[in-house]
Amino acid sequence: MGRVEGKVAFITGAARGQGRSHALRLAQEGADIIAVDLADHIPNIDYPSATEEDLAETVRQVEALDRRIIATKVDVRDREALRAAIDDGVAQLGKLDIVVANAGICVIADWKGTSAEVWDQTIGTNLTGVWNTVQGTAQHLIDNGGGSIIMTSSAAGIKGLPFLSAYVSAKHGVVGLMRAYATELAEYNIRVNTIHPTGVNTPMGTLGGDAFGPLLEAHPKLGGMLANLLPIEITEPVDQSNAVLFLASDESRYVTSLELTVDAGNTQF
Amino acid sequence: MGRVEGKVAFVTGAARGQGRSHALRLAQEGADIIAVDIEDQIDSVPYPMSTPADMEETVRQIEALDRRIVATKADVRDYEAVKAALDDGVAQLGRLDIVAANAGIFSFGSMEELTEEQWSDMLDTNLTGVWHAVKAAIPHLKAGGNGGSIVLTSSTAGLMAIPNIGHYVAAKHGVVGLMRTLALELAPDFIRVNSVHPTSVDTDMIHNDATYALFAGDLPVAERTRDVVGERFQTLNALPIKWVEPVDISNAVLWFASDESRYVTGVTLPVDAGSLIK
Repeated sequence: MGRVEGKVAFITGAARGQGRSHALRLAQEGADIIAVDLADHIPNIDYPSATEEDLAETVRQVEALDRRIIATKVDVRDREALRAAIDDGVAQLGKLDIVVANAGICVIADWKGTSAEVWDQTIGTNLTGVWNTVQGTAQHLIDNGGGSIIMTSSAAGIKGLPFLSAYVSAKHGVVGLMRAYATELAEYNIRVNTIHPTGVNTPMGTLGGDAFGPLLEAHPKLGGMLANLLPIEITEPVDQSNAVLFLASDESRYVTSLELTVDAGNTQF
Repeated sequence: MGRVEGKVAFVTGAARGQGRSHALRLAQEGADIIAVDIEDQIDSVPYPMSTPADMEETVRQIEALDRRIVATKADVRDYEAVKAALDDGVAQLGRLDIVAANAGIFSFGSMEELTEEQWSDMLDTNLTGVWHAVKAAIPHLKAGGNGGSIVLTSSTAGLMAIPNIGHYVAAKHGVVGLMRTLALELAPDFIRVNSVHPTSVDTDMIHNDATYALFAGDLPVAERTRDVVGERFQTLNALPIKWVEPVDISNAVLWFASDESRYVTGVTLPVDAGSLIK
């Protein structure tokens, strides 16, 4: 008996990285998956964008576990398209129990180098995209008699980090969204929590970091803010997924409004 | 393969209630157990505390799961007794990976009314007792070289004030300070330290005449039924439930104890049905 056996999970940003890992971990434990991803070129980022092939690979891996998956190419900023993908997935899989608002982007730049376009795309995807996700799914959870919403924030949603001002702002905003929804949705037996990763071994987490180098050389005092307390450089996607799984499962049935740091202690000092 | 297969866990207050539940949940997932409990009364505690018969039942239930358990009668206020019990358990079971510092008491009175005895029993058990358990465990965890996971039982009262239990609030807030300091000090050895924060839990600590009187003192004793008092407990929670079950806390302890949370440290995890957001 899997830990989320028979449940249905909606996951944004599921083509690769943490999102794919969440889909696989939940499917391993018995869930069916509704997946969305932009799967297209993203301007301004220093790492490769996810592709339609990536999303197809997530589908292949979930199906190899003998679970069902409905995958749609959609931008979380496109409210109507997102809602259509959610409604279609729920219609096909019959219900919705779990929401994982994971889709996000990250652009590294100092305050002067942060363009209005970068600000808008980061807030649009990492904050408004989460709002769009919950607005489109909450009624399905209510119809189901309860559920679990997990939002991916960041260590940068708890403390300030340098050269990520739009990202830090969006991820702090996610905490506000989580807390607000947790109060309003509790009466429907819907729990709302955030996870707060430190660096994760994904294309975004590893290939996008080069821009930090010259900025930290110019501002060496700030480098320590990126360090972990536990003696590791980076976490694996499955570490984040194991936190998502705990929050998605009935093991945490009375846990709500929690900021769960999976950050190797990054926010502790 | 259990989620904590082959690990050894030290659980304080394991004779009954949450402590027994933690021991059983960890054993179900493959751990062996070192258990201590006071199995005796503290005079300032207004409800019956655990007994040797309770601990015998914990031992029986663990052994029924085909796991090993070393159980000792020890008061967490007595560091030497705790250390001796743990050293003996590690000698018999061969290692130590997990600490669930759970032992605690409850009593009440306004800050103006609390007696010296209530205050000192509370702080000695619920705060100093936690430090004793951890202090005794750290050398074993370090010696194992595999890191480890320490889970401290605080309370919603460790993150917010609740009137008429100021000594409990102070002790449980103190546990958070202890947890955070330990997380910093022990990180280089890959020992993770986190706390759990239950709302009311369905155990003997809340289902007793004294606690019912605290919640329904305006009613005649005969009307202080489980259902009536339960409705008042429910007003503490945001989720529509009266109290949580011991296994809900144990599932949080299990997650912290397992390698699923191998990079999680310094977390205050409420299992509180939203009590803190009300």
